Amino acid sequence: MRILIRGGRVIDPAAGLDDLLDLFIEDGKIVRIDKNTGGGRREAGGADTKEPRTGKEAKASRNAESALGVDRVMDATGLVICPGLIDMHVHLRQPGREDKETIASGTMAAARGGFTAVCCMPNTDPVNDTRSVAKFILDTAKREGAVQVYPVGAITKGLKGEELAEIGELFEAGCVAISDDGRPVMNAELMRRAMEYATMFDLPTIQHSEDLHLSGKGVVHEGLVSTELGLRGIPSVSEAVLVARDLLLAESTGARLHIAHVSAAESVRLIREAKARGVRVSCEVTPHHLTLTEDAVRDFDANAKMNPPLRSEADRQALIEGLQDGTIDVIATDHAPHTVQEKEREFDLAPNGVIGLETALAVILTTLVAPGILSLPQAIAKLTSEPARILKLSKERIAEGADADLTIFDLHREWIVDPTTFASKSRNTPFAGRRLTGATVATLVGGKVVWEA
Amino acid sequence: MGLARKDLLGMQELTSDEIRLILDTAESMKEVARRDIKKVPTLRGKTVINLFYEPSTRTRTSFEIAGKWLSADVINISTSASSVTKGESLKDTGLTLQAMYPDIVVIRHPAPGAAVFLATRLAASIINAGDGAHQHPSQALLDLFTIREKIGRLEGMKVAIVGDIAHSRVARSNIQGMQRMGMEVRVAGPRTMLPRFIERLGVEVFTNLERAVAEVDVIMMLRLQTERQQAGLFPSLREYSRLFGLTAERLKAAKPDVLIMHPGPINRGIEIAPDVADGPYSLILNQVENGLAVRMALLYLCAGGGQTSA
Ligand SMILES: [Zn+2]
Ligand SMILES: [Zn+2]
Repeated sequence: MRILIRGGRVIDPAAGLDDLLDLFIEDGKIVRIDKNTGGGRREAGGADTKEPRTGKEAKASRNAESALGVDRVMDATGLVICPGLIDMHVHLRQPGREDKETIASGTMAAARGGFTAVCCMPNTDPVNDTRSVAKFILDTAKREGAVQVYPVGAITKGLKGEELAEIGELFEAGCVAISDDGRPVMNAELMRRAMEYATMFDLPTIQHSEDLHLSGKGVVHEGLVSTELGLRGIPSVSEAVLVARDLLLAESTGARLHIAHVSAAESVRLIREAKARGVRVSCEVTPHHLTLTEDAVRDFDANAKMNPPLRSEADRQALIEGLQDGTIDVIATDHAPHTVQEKEREFDLAPNGVIGLETALAVILTTLVAPGILSLPQAIAKLTSEPARILKLSKERIAEGADADLTIFDLHREWIVDPTTFASKSRNTPFAGRRLTGATVATLVGGKVVWEA
Repeated sequence: MGLARKDLLGMQELTSDEIRLILDTAESMKEVARRDIKKVPTLRGKTVINLFYEPSTRTRTSFEIAGKWLSADVINISTSASSVTKGESLKDTGLTLQAMYPDIVVIRHPAPGAAVFLATRLAASIINAGDGAHQHPSQALLDLFTIREKIGRLEGMKVAIVGDIAHSRVARSNIQGMQRMGMEVRVAGPRTMLPRFIERLGVEVFTNLERAVAEVDVIMMLRLQTERQQAGLFPSLREYSRLFGLTAERLKAAKPDVLIMHPGPINRGIEIAPDVADGPYSLILNQVENGLAVRMALLYLCAGGGQTSA
């Protein structure tokens, strides 16, 4: 299969690329990158892709294409092409909770959202704490997955926080990081040993930072809204206390620490200071923590219930600042599917988590790029080169000879979020009904179009 | 004039006019309650379901009697809190209830937002009889009624609410209702029982009982849940009582005619001394009696009473 993608604005922040280019794809690889010579007709932004060509033009270009032996031409005029997006934090629920999501449905949701690779957290049933589970995930993904799947192995056996999992074996099986996500490693000594041990494989240790004692039975951010609604609060320091502890452990062990879903201003400050000291720390933030606040739970809608909880406007501003100054490296969705029945409950009893794969790019384009908070290349970097760097997935770039993992999107297309149309098996999004600007047009994995609008 | 809403979920949603309407209606209901033969045909043919997920003899009985005196068919459904986590979901329970076409469902539930949850899914009027630490509007309304009855007005009155503010739906409802009616509210309690952002609700915050009760017209003591000690919120009943128990001695710091309220049931000798609870300025028994009148008014208004020109 040979594909020519022509006329798109190609952006690869890692390569410093931002230009109108034609990409030739053959056998799953990008084989040629040409300066697009389509003239003014193919200016990025606003050109009408449906504009009829003159007969002469069309004939000339058809000739050129057949001369190259191209099977398919994709017209990307007015569209953006970037390295395939990587979501380094998702929950695919398989094995164990296939009613919420499967590797097939989750990766299809990823493809629709423009992601060509996802990292799945180990809190499945059984837990991904052995080679056999990691292998099951990778085999299933190879057979049924629409996009690449990189498993994250457990830090401790059964996520119990008691004994180290066989981290070396998980690494050999293909895990790209370790985490007990869903819960923190509360025992500081064990966390220290996990980090030390992981240095042998240079694996990042991903922490779900939360002091369970401080969180208690909290269900929302401890703030004005929890005070008004009488919902039990989770204070910001519940996160920051563990961030502080782990930064000290990372500093003393020299290990690579990655902090998942940062939500509190205090955490951003601590990470910023640690980075300045040279601590090997990276971190991520979710689209929902960047765009929503504690106010989203005012009507007790459990689709806004997550852990860490949506915090105050001041926290949100601190997250944006952290994203801008590079303290926060990555945007990841923490895609956490739950069934409608489970979410349609009293707020206290509903499970934590929201899905995000099919809205992330549009939410980021609408709320961060359009208002100029992040430039388009900056935003793309948070979704491509930065997670690739942390996880050492060097393949994600646009260059001759590179794998053709590509995302094509329209910066201007408007749509209204309707979760009933999602590929994910679950519907628990806080963005339902939102008007967003920016939409995935096509997703290519290994030169194959895995999803197309 | 009637209520402009299907449900009564919390005090924050009521306007001062609506609160006045409820209190005025309760006044005429109180007159009914004092008759020899109390039954009036007002809600004949209407069905009221008391759906209680928490034991509360007081509130449930109050709603039950209120419904019966108004000639409604009252059905009590009690479910223990432990079955909430396991058994039938609130959504399914709601759908089952809907099939019986109730006119009013009175719900008490341990989870904040449970009444809101039901209100969006049922055609019946939902009256929130307490949802976790969120709201308990009928209690706040009976407290307002009792103060208005005793003093003659609400506007400009000063009240101190004392105790476990963080976990109290009574405190939350009263703060909102009292502020709406032009009262000034103070809260007092151990720092561990005052929510962190409580002052943003527009209340004055005290951790010293004497200072809190000085100059106020009403002191409202909250019931202490003794199990909060295990949660580390106070060291011992003895120390709590020493610092925050309302005794005759402590009352010397207050106005001589200050009114004392308590939503009950009382932990005698802990949050309030027996001689204070039974003293001349205690309104505790008035609160119970007025609870009936206020709940009759709520059932009447939620069933559409006052909507017509009558
Ligand atoms: Zn997590
Ligand atoms: Zn997660």
